[in-house]
Amino acid sequence: MRSLTKTLTAALLGSAMLAAPASAEEFKFAFQGDAGTMDPHGLFETFTLGFQRNIYEGLVARDGNMAMTGALAESWENTSPKVWTFNLRKGVKFHNGNDFTADDVAFSVERIKTEGSDMKVVAALIDKVKIIDDHTIEFHTPAPNPIMPLQLEIFYIMDKEWSEENKTTEATSVAGGDEGNFANLNANGTGPFKLESRQSGVKTVLVRNDDHWEDIDSNVTKAIFTPIDQDATRVAALISGDVDLAWPIPVQDWNRLESADGVKPLTGPEARTIFLGFNQTDDELKTGGEATKGKNPFKDVRVRQAFMQAIDIEAIKKKIMRGSATPAGLMIAPQINGFTEAQNTRPDHDVAAAKKLMEEAGYGDGFEVTMDCPNDRYVNDEKICQASASMLAKIGVKVNLLAQTKSKYFGKVLAQNEYDTDFFLLGWTPSTFDAHNVLSALMSCRGGEDNIGAFNLGGYCNPKINELTAKVQSETDQDKRQAMIEEAFQIHSDEVGHIPLHQQPLSWGVSDKVDVVQRPDNVFDLRSAVVK
Amino acid sequence: MISFLIKRLLQSILVMLTVALIAFALFRYVGDPINNMVGQDTTLEERADLRERLGLDDPFFVQFGRFVVNAAQGEFGISYQHRRPVSELIAERAPATLELSLLSAILAIAIGIPMGVYTAIHRDGWLSRAFMSLSLIGISLPTFLIGILLILLFGVILRWLPTFGRGEVVQLGWWSTGFLTWSGIKALIMPAITLALFQMTLIMRLVRAEMLEVLRTDFVKFGRARGLPDRYIHFKTALKNTMVPVITIIGLQLGAIIAFAIITETVFQWPGMGLMFIQAVREVDIPIMAAYLVMIALIFVIINLIVDMLYYVVDPRLRVDRAATGH
Repeated sequence: MRSLTKTLTAALLGSAMLAAPASAEEFKFAFQGDAGTMDPHGLFETFTLGFQRNIYEGLVARDGNMAMTGALAESWENTSPKVWTFNLRKGVKFHNGNDFTADDVAFSVERIKTEGSDMKVVAALIDKVKIIDDHTIEFHTPAPNPIMPLQLEIFYIMDKEWSEENKTTEATSVAGGDEGNFANLNANGTGPFKLESRQSGVKTVLVRNDDHWEDIDSNVTKAIFTPIDQDATRVAALISGDVDLAWPIPVQDWNRLESADGVKPLTGPEARTIFLGFNQTDDELKTGGEATKGKNPFKDVRVRQAFMQAIDIEAIKKKIMRGSATPAGLMIAPQINGFTEAQNTRPDHDVAAAKKLMEEAGYGDGFEVTMDCPNDRYVNDEKICQASASMLAKIGVKVNLLAQTKSKYFGKVLAQNEYDTDFFLLGWTPSTFDAHNVLSALMSCRGGEDNIGAFNLGGYCNPKINELTAKVQSETDQDKRQAMIEEAFQIHSDEVGHIPLHQQPLSWGVSDKVDVVQRPDNVFDLRSAVVK
Repeated sequence: MISFLIKRLLQSILVMLTVALIAFALFRYVGDPINNMVGQDTTLEERADLRERLGLDDPFFVQFGRFVVNAAQGEFGISYQHRRPVSELIAERAPATLELSLLSAILAIAIGIPMGVYTAIHRDGWLSRAFMSLSLIGISLPTFLIGILLILLFGVILRWLPTFGRGEVVQLGWWSTGFLTWSGIKALIMPAITLALFQMTLIMRLVRAEMLEVLRTDFVKFGRARGLPDRYIHFKTALKNTMVPVITIIGLQLGAIIAFAIITETVFQWPGMGLMFIQAVREVDIPIMAAYLVMIALIFVIINLIVDMLYYVVDPRLRVDRAATGH
């Protein structure tokens, strides 16, 4: 009898132990929109790429603190100025069981060059690919490129055989026929999660890939993602426990989350810098009144300086951002490669000094200008513009605010509409997390090749910055490179090319039942999700 | 009959074309789709290239003509955000909207008519007064507010019902239904009530007004004078005569329920066509916006066509008039 009990106990214990690893840890999360596509080369957008990185992997990756780590590449080296050699991880398998080799990398490079690809920026970095052996590959660059690994983080590798079998060797195209569209709804990556089902705009289900090479923190076996458009519904879903993680949470709802049971807000500074910019191209303001007939006051550095000193950034932080913004003196955030704390200073908020500057510039009576502002793109964007307008009223500037939805706003102020703006608010996170991207896209003179100055909406121009930017791009000595970045930022600050305002806060809401890591680029990585 | 039908059909086609034209003209004011379709690092040339491939640079009437020709063949193009054929997306989302609309319509009728009858018969009863005040709330509170209040009460505070979505659905061929799972039914309750509330109060007030009217007519008075029981007068005589205009309105409101599901779907993240339309407006997904608007117009046109034909069948005078002048 006794032995029978023993056997039974042993059997029960045994089955319990077997069952333990199989216990399902379900994780539900919600964002305000959906990932644009499952095709890793279809859309260069933070949320889409952030979501895909649970399924697909690049050669390199970033951890929760944005530090570079190896992913599909174990190590990499700048073997000659124009060659980067990547040593690929061995024994990695795609979700369908295929082996990952250098062929897949070469194939993916070809794929991002196809018509539907939104990764052509990455494709332009690579002149030629040379396969050394199954697990070694060389990328030849058109010019020396010291930061290439940084730029490859969002370049995900697809399986060559799978893509060929499913006729998706070209990136998903919005304009074309159905070719390539298989990868839009299906996925076969090497990442820690597999795509189980997807209904675009409704629900996407991921399940754990037990054969993944990496030892990750997460114990999640199944993740269910739902986009929830409305802020109020998203917050309600979190508080009621229908989802474990939701973002963004409106800043004004933080108190509600704090007072509710079982949930809390999770916040931190985002790597996105919000700033104001001026039309410095035209000889006459487009939207000015009588006072600026035939003149453009923004061409005068004293006016720009006056604007900067007239804006009370601490008040914006306190009143609009509930104390959660990080006032900025530089166009890049502390997390960005190239940032120096010594340069991150702002002139004091001083209305009297600003008035004096306006008088010296000949605008003692002020002038009128229209400000372009999005109202659904950044945290409290419209409110920031309203506050800025009322602060500028104190130095006599009458700001007519034109706040619109992002589709209309960008349609008006970007290149396709010939940068139709006099005064605007914009936000920027460099996708490479390197200062060069900001120097090139926002601070260089427009009209050069590639994308130089494409988002320099006001046309701020100092050729010296273009010159430094070109050097920064190819300088491989990190100290010299840093010195040049600082020089460029100094010129920009002295000339008040733009007015940096702040780094906006990340605003997530999480259930007490889970632990997650918040990345400063607002990416949620399932690798970090632990259900308690 | 045939000539009347053909005339009506031609008119319907004209209405559809007008709707499409107005919709198309409006799209120019919604914003620019390109910047929502590419990342921030995409070069200006690529953006211009994409614009050209999508034909967004073409003159207005070329774009419109292309749309009409394609739409006539049932081809609505590929959605900018989903990168899938719009017809496929609409087929995928239609069951959610139709199930919600149908349940709401049934709720509105099943509760609205008895409430209307009751308040007409017991005009001064306290329950009638309560119904009337409640109906004021239903008719005056915006739908999204009702939705959010319901979510707050039953989703967040009481936690009886899910705050968003459709729950688990079961696939029956191409039709996905939420009626077959417990979570699907629970998810339906709040959106259906939210959507039904306005129609319910409308039907209730309509039935009440018609009923009061009929109760004052001579034949009801004669009925009473003959000593017929109240029950018989109320339900056999009065209600029957009340129903003619009520049925007309209900028929027309069916289209409105499907169209106005937009707001309810947005509040509850209900994955139907209305939510897809709102998302499309935000992202300037022109193919979806165009297809949805044309489809809603089609639903209205078809319902009106049926109603017109019913009049023709029901009202003999219409036929006589046509015959007299129809050479």
